[in-house]
Amino acid sequence: MYEIVRREVLAEDSDLFEIYAPEIAKKAKAGQFVIIRINETGERIPLTLADFDAKKGTITLVALRVGKTTHLLGTLKAGDEILDVVGPLGNPTEIDNYGRVICVGGGLGIATIITICKALKDAGNYVIGIIGARTKDLLIYEDKLRGICNELHISTDDGSYGHHGFVTDVLKKLLDEGDTIDIIWAIGPAIMMKFVCKTTESYKIKTIVSLNPIMVDGTGMCGACRVEVDGKTKFTCVHGPEFDGHKVNWDLLLSRQQMYLNSEKLSFNKFKEKIRG
Amino acid sequence: MNMEKRKPSKRKLKVEMQQQEIEVRIRNFNEVPFGYSEEQAIEEAKRCLQCKKPKCVEGCPVDVDIPAFIKLIEDGKFDKAAKKIKEKNSLPAICGRVCPQEDQCEKVCILGRKKEFEPVAIGRLERFAADWEAEHGTVKVPNTPPPTGKKVAVVGSGPAGLTCAFDLVKMGHQITLFESLHKAGGVLVYGIPEFRLPKKIVQREVDYIRSLGVNLRVNSLIGKLYTIDELKGKYDAIFLGTGAGLPMFLGIPGENYNGVYSANEFLTRSNLMKAYLFPEWDTPIKRGKKVAVVGGGNVAMDSARTALRLGADEVYLVYRRSEKEMPARIEEIERAKEEGIKFMILSNPVEVIGENGWVKALKCIKMELGEPDESGRRRPIPIPGSEFMFDIDLFIVAIGTRPNPLISQTTPALKTTKWGTIVVQEDVPKTSLDGVYAGGDIVTGAATVILAMGAGKEAAKAIDEYLKKK
Repeated sequence: MYEIVRREVLAEDSDLFEIYAPEIAKKAKAGQFVIIRINETGERIPLTLADFDAKKGTITLVALRVGKTTHLLGTLKAGDEILDVVGPLGNPTEIDNYGRVICVGGGLGIATIITICKALKDAGNYVIGIIGARTKDLLIYEDKLRGICNELHISTDDGSYGHHGFVTDVLKKLLDEGDTIDIIWAIGPAIMMKFVCKTTESYKIKTIVSLNPIMVDGTGMCGACRVEVDGKTKFTCVHGPEFDGHKVNWDLLLSRQQMYLNSEKLSFNKFKEKIRG
Repeated sequence: MNMEKRKPSKRKLKVEMQQQEIEVRIRNFNEVPFGYSEEQAIEEAKRCLQCKKPKCVEGCPVDVDIPAFIKLIEDGKFDKAAKKIKEKNSLPAICGRVCPQEDQCEKVCILGRKKEFEPVAIGRLERFAADWEAEHGTVKVPNTPPPTGKKVAVVGSGPAGLTCAFDLVKMGHQITLFESLHKAGGVLVYGIPEFRLPKKIVQREVDYIRSLGVNLRVNSLIGKLYTIDELKGKYDAIFLGTGAGLPMFLGIPGENYNGVYSANEFLTRSNLMKAYLFPEWDTPIKRGKKVAVVGGGNVAMDSARTALRLGADEVYLVYRRSEKEMPARIEEIERAKEEGIKFMILSNPVEVIGENGWVKALKCIKMELGEPDESGRRRPIPIPGSEFMFDIDLFIVAIGTRPNPLISQTTPALKTTKWGTIVVQEDVPKTSLDGVYAGGDIVTGAATVILAMGAGKEAAKAIDEYLKKK
């Protein structure tokens, strides 16, 4: 059992959980993830590490309430326990002194990109952050990122804050303005990562993405998370989760993410009925 | 004693084991056979010749004293029979169900050599004794010797790891058993379906091993949470029984469409995650109406029969050689056929055809058998121009697994083969690292439960000797 020591609502439908898992906290590195199972009848879902603190012995996870499991997770409070947490899984981000780096975070991907920004900054890079959300209220961690990044740019789809439009607009503008950029990280919904990669392709700037397919075990055992990179099948859990975004078959990833749409709806409706009583 | 007076019964065939009716069982996940009653077990036990030089014991990878336990059953001492088996075999309820007895103890049974006689049903009797003991609550924790003060890390809680942990704890060592999944048992819980091996039986055996003092640590992926080097700092010896869990795919176009599963994923969803109970349990699974499974092993049979139980109208088993070359147990092949699985032999998939991201049809090519290859089986050769296609909505790839490279990747000094299996010495199951032993599928490549158990046993012995010298 893994105790939730802190729970926060980050934005509408977005939760943060700080969980006591000292062994994982000690081993965790930026870019890695864990798999959790809330209770005995629960499914296993992967969640990227938003933070970890070896001293406190905690890891931090963020989750968007979309289906049954994430909504059930959203009902948990500090002091409650999660049955299973396994990790750290996947390969850590390859941190190096690249020079000038852009980190793009969309939605809850912003939480994940923080650990990467921090590690890149510590390695001596000039870090430019671009974050975006649908609307101002959904934008998280602005202050935290201002403290880490050398520059921070913001966009909202509805124009309620920062640039009116998408993160790709801001990115394109920065790239056109001419300062050389050595490498880019993009973390967020698959559709956002796809369009970031489409944008950066013509500039020939290497773009690293963190893929988020459906997973079961997370240890290389089942192949549920297979993706196509450079024409080859890879398992996200053991070969990733980070890949060269220009080589990813995005349409396949987007299609495979939809595999259980009907089951997910059924499960969620049943859950909602139960909650209503 | 009335040993002199004993005369084996003249019954030629094994006592039948009752099982669920076919039409009923293909729509539920309950175990297919019901097991022997006490009367049936005694009747079967009477068939044993009680050979002075029993061949069956030689045929058993863990040297169970088979005639002795059968005699105890015959005498109605069921509890003692179970204890007798457990002297050598820590998982009798499991072995009685999934061991390929026809290739081991029962293959060499003297009775079976007589014309028109079947061998003694050793597997069914083993299962009976173990189940009787569990049901009648006489499972006792044996006395363990005084603690040696030595600590051993056993990595992987499948058949090899469970056996190794069991033997080592009985020798007085302190055992920590690491498992990466949330439940112990390895392939016994994620791979073998409920209808062949009920999970409560696995749980019972795991609970028993824990009752002996083994410290089970689930959710602990070695190679990530701790490296082998880190474990070496904390434990006096290490056993690696991490199995062959990495699924292989065919490498044909369209294999990543939705509705294409590795057998490992399909079975893990159904068995470990209980997707067959969705939506009461949360893990979903695609229930196909027209299903194709490629492969000819036990895993392929398990996948086909699981798909059927999940509601398929038709299940095709596609295999590139003929039925004779199938690696699956004959019993499993027969059960699959009985249940209506359609065998499409001498056929090999060449392409998965998709529509809107989902599998729609399977394109195969006809094969013929040529000269024997290195496995001794006749090599399948495609017949040019013989491609054919049929509609499916679910495709399961069950063509084998390879060792998971996680530990070898994070332990450069550990010697492995080009297939990713760990190299051990010929005389003892010791790896290239001091104090690190290995056994089961991680050494042999994918094999059987009982062979993994035999390897776990052998490793326990070697580790004990190593610790005595240390």
